[in-house]
Amino acid sequence: MNLGVEIAGVSLKNPVTTGSGTFGSGEEYSEFVDLSSLGAVTTKGVANVPWEGNPTPRVAETYGGMLNAVGLQNPGVDVMIKRDLPFLKKAGAAVIVNVCGRTVEDYIEVVERLSDQPVDLLEINVSCPNVKEGGIAFGQDPKALYEITKAVKEKADQPIIMKLSPNVTDIKEMAKAAEAAGSDALSLINTLTGMKIDIEKRDFLLANKTGGLSGPAIKPVAVRMVYEVCSTVKIPVIGMGGILNAEDALEFIMAGATAVAVGTANFTDPCAAVKVIDGIKSYMERHNIEDIRELIGCVK
Amino acid sequence: MGKHNIKAEIVSQKKLSTDIFDMTLNVGDMAKEALPGQFVSVYVNDGSKLLPRPISICGIDAKHKTVRIVYRIAGKGTELLSTYEAGTRLNVLGPLGNGFNMKNEKAILIGGGIGIPPMLELAKQLKCEKTIVLGYRNQDTFLKEEFEAYGEVLVSTEDGSVGTKGNVIDAVREQAREGSVIYACGPTPMLKGVKAYAEEMGLEAQISLEERMACGIGACLACVCKSKEVDGHTHVRNKRVCKDGPVFDAKEVEF
Repeated sequence: MNLGVEIAGVSLKNPVTTGSGTFGSGEEYSEFVDLSSLGAVTTKGVANVPWEGNPTPRVAETYGGMLNAVGLQNPGVDVMIKRDLPFLKKAGAAVIVNVCGRTVEDYIEVVERLSDQPVDLLEINVSCPNVKEGGIAFGQDPKALYEITKAVKEKADQPIIMKLSPNVTDIKEMAKAAEAAGSDALSLINTLTGMKIDIEKRDFLLANKTGGLSGPAIKPVAVRMVYEVCSTVKIPVIGMGGILNAEDALEFIMAGATAVAVGTANFTDPCAAVKVIDGIKSYMERHNIEDIRELIGCVK
Repeated sequence: MGKHNIKAEIVSQKKLSTDIFDMTLNVGDMAKEALPGQFVSVYVNDGSKLLPRPISICGIDAKHKTVRIVYRIAGKGTELLSTYEAGTRLNVLGPLGNGFNMKNEKAILIGGGIGIPPMLELAKQLKCEKTIVLGYRNQDTFLKEEFEAYGEVLVSTEDGSVGTKGNVIDAVREQAREGSVIYACGPTPMLKGVKAYAEEMGLEAQISLEERMACGIGACLACVCKSKEVDGHTHVRNKRVCKDGPVFDAKEVEF
């Protein structure tokens, strides 16, 4: 049975990675998960310098989902190079580094610093709804997305994956812009901007007022968007948004995703990603599927 | 040693007071590794609720492989938890966090509201002389009698119905109790008061913080507190309550 897939020339042993921001840099989860058993570890977003993130509370649970406004707290690329990447290499994991920034120059500085590092793919976060500058500002206008994609692609040594926001009118336009600018792959969806109010305190739940909604509540939206994008562009797509189990993951794959990311589910069960891989295997056994690639985009 | 991600069975559950419940869980080997001041992540059996409820450990029984949690209904998840009967199985992750650094010096243990339960196992394990100060809203007290087995217990209530009228620090001052180390858990305003009192008296204070969490193991960076020193993870001044804490030296925390 073959579970292996390829994203921009990089072979992954199976199609399951982790959603950026839900898995740290893998170290905390390595107590529960053999990191080398994953298709790849996608790290929490990293900038050129350390970011403090937003005030607390940063998370709130919602029906079938959660809101987060962590605000991309991260130690900066130097610490990642010194501490996290050697750890991941030793653990035998394929690595997708999620890159964030406030300006185009920030993103470029990070990808340049990572050029000689043990990193397989770069996921460019232009869709975080929780930071004032950068982030989503690049991800809501096709022209801005085209420009930053082109600028990053020019400097990046590893293949780049632009991570798209669902907070747009037409995600197909965004996908086309990223593809035209040279993005090697796409990942979608990032979180949907949401809000929760504490009616007893008559106040916002999150200090940031708004946060990104993730979890099964957003899954149907994510599957639809993955389907639309896969029908529009030729580059491979990593699908994500509310995947809790193998059945959810298979929906994304059948909609056209070459790989999937398990995100919020890691909070519900630290072994969630491994269980998704096992579940995909048993589905394939049950249905006599020899190669996972037979399932990619099989629903037209 | 390590964290356990297990299916735990409820051994017993009873109501202690208004909205306060007392649950004992069979957690297997987790019990012998748990320390006073640590917590467990409890998952309710409801697919619409994705996040665990972080609940402090109130009692540890390594011999019977159980931990005891005493929690307050704070929302729909804990409300559901309170309806479960003995025999129900739940996912539990733990033990989590650092726990108290137990010293053999005259101690003042301070618990406020739902910060009282973790002080019980600490009171049991601390072998030194100690004063225990418990703060409640009103006469609706809980666990008070159990603490009396381990030391002198002072009580404060907001409405003055039991013990000193006011807060836990008022009770400590009124009774002029001395100690070298304060251990405390409770709401943020109380912990601020403890920090100020410890500074004024030149005492060490270990305070256990609460914050909204997601992963519970230090990865998601949801539950940070402002720290005086640069933290070990991000190298800013944000310590993770779930992993670097929940117990911090009061000098370390900036409210």
